Amino acid sequence: MQIEMREEKKQEFWRWKESNWKNPDIEWRSGKFITLGIDVGSVSSQAVVMVDGQIFAYSNMRTGSDSPHSARKALDFVLEATDMPEDRVDYCVGTGYGRVNVPMADRTITEIACHARGANFIYGPEVRTVLDVGGQDIKAIQCDEKGRVTNFLMNDKCAAGTGRGMEVFADLLGIAIDEVGERSFQVKEEPPPVSSTCVVYAKSEALGLLRKGWSREKVLAAYCRAMAERIYSLVERLGVKPQLAVTGGLAKNSGVIERLMFMIGLKPMNSKWDAQIAGAIGAALFGYALCQKGKGRKK
Amino acid sequence: MLANYGYKDGSGDYFITINTDLCNGCGECVAVCPANIFIVVDEDPNDPMRDGPVAIVAEEKKKKLKYECNPCKPTQNRPPLPCVEACKTGAISHSW
Repeated sequence: MQIEMREEKKQEFWRWKESNWKNPDIEWRSGKFITLGIDVGSVSSQAVVMVDGQIFAYSNMRTGSDSPHSARKALDFVLEATDMPEDRVDYCVGTGYGRVNVPMADRTITEIACHARGANFIYGPEVRTVLDVGGQDIKAIQCDEKGRVTNFLMNDKCAAGTGRGMEVFADLLGIAIDEVGERSFQVKEEPPPVSSTCVVYAKSEALGLLRKGWSREKVLAAYCRAMAERIYSLVERLGVKPQLAVTGGLAKNSGVIERLMFMIGLKPMNSKWDAQIAGAIGAALFGYALCQKGKGRKK
Repeated sequence: MLANYGYKDGSGDYFITINTDLCNGCGECVAVCPANIFIVVDEDPNDPMRDGPVAIVAEEKKKKLKYECNPCKPTQNRPPLPCVEACKTGAISHSW
């Protein structure tokens, strides 16, 4: 008996675009210290090259199942944008969940320190609270005007209220991940949040709501709201000191961020830099500071 | 820097807080903790610009404080926690 298999072309709605960028105004040859920050997260990896504390180039990619390989790929991708050889890098700092698996790193620094430092660079010295919403956890950080951590708190590792959870929902509802924010506001009135924060349960709850006749946008709005509430419950303990900056991949999702900021009563901060690379920026800045202190190893 | 380790659930907030500005890395807490959650490291992983040793909660214990700290959460006759009592600089506090 011959069974006919139908070829199915599956669209991956969660798949966000990888990118790299180079600052055309900076000449690496005249730089004194060139530092590299590599942030290997659970979902995405970033590499940032800094010339004397200024961003020269960066790349942003998905983390694969192999952390050392992801770090390598992110580094190759950033170097691709530049004409700089890899051995010109004076100091490399690894950070993020997979930091112990960055083979080229001269040292590792936790993402808590790096995100505070990076947010300070991206959003300016008035930032006092940093929320890093990553692929698998949320970190609430308070820092001083220099980006030094004064107080921090991290949730349990869980997809609820994090980037990976949002990817799962984008796929379930068939809405591209970069449209999620916009689409979640295309509702007549704000629906109540989905009651489960656990992604697995929330997913089955969402299916129930779809069956009840809710539009995809309405379900998305309910999930964005649930996520914002979960993030809020974490910052509540630490307390919010203005200004508040959100870093990590979820900072790009206006559906969650605007709802969260509304609950807190603050306005979202804007920057010309991609908030997802904050950790890698912080790592490269620490590398630069260590070089200046003479702690950096000049290769 | 206040380093909060712990969790929050429906019944309340359970955090051990180490004030790294007060901690001198003496290691008294390491010796007294019945669950061995503390270690002293030469460099603060969350504050690379700090010099000198500091106590932190060990990486493998961070997500297990719910269980590790449980014996030190009596419902009555609550003596000071061994870690809090042992810390001469008053760097350790807890939220329960």
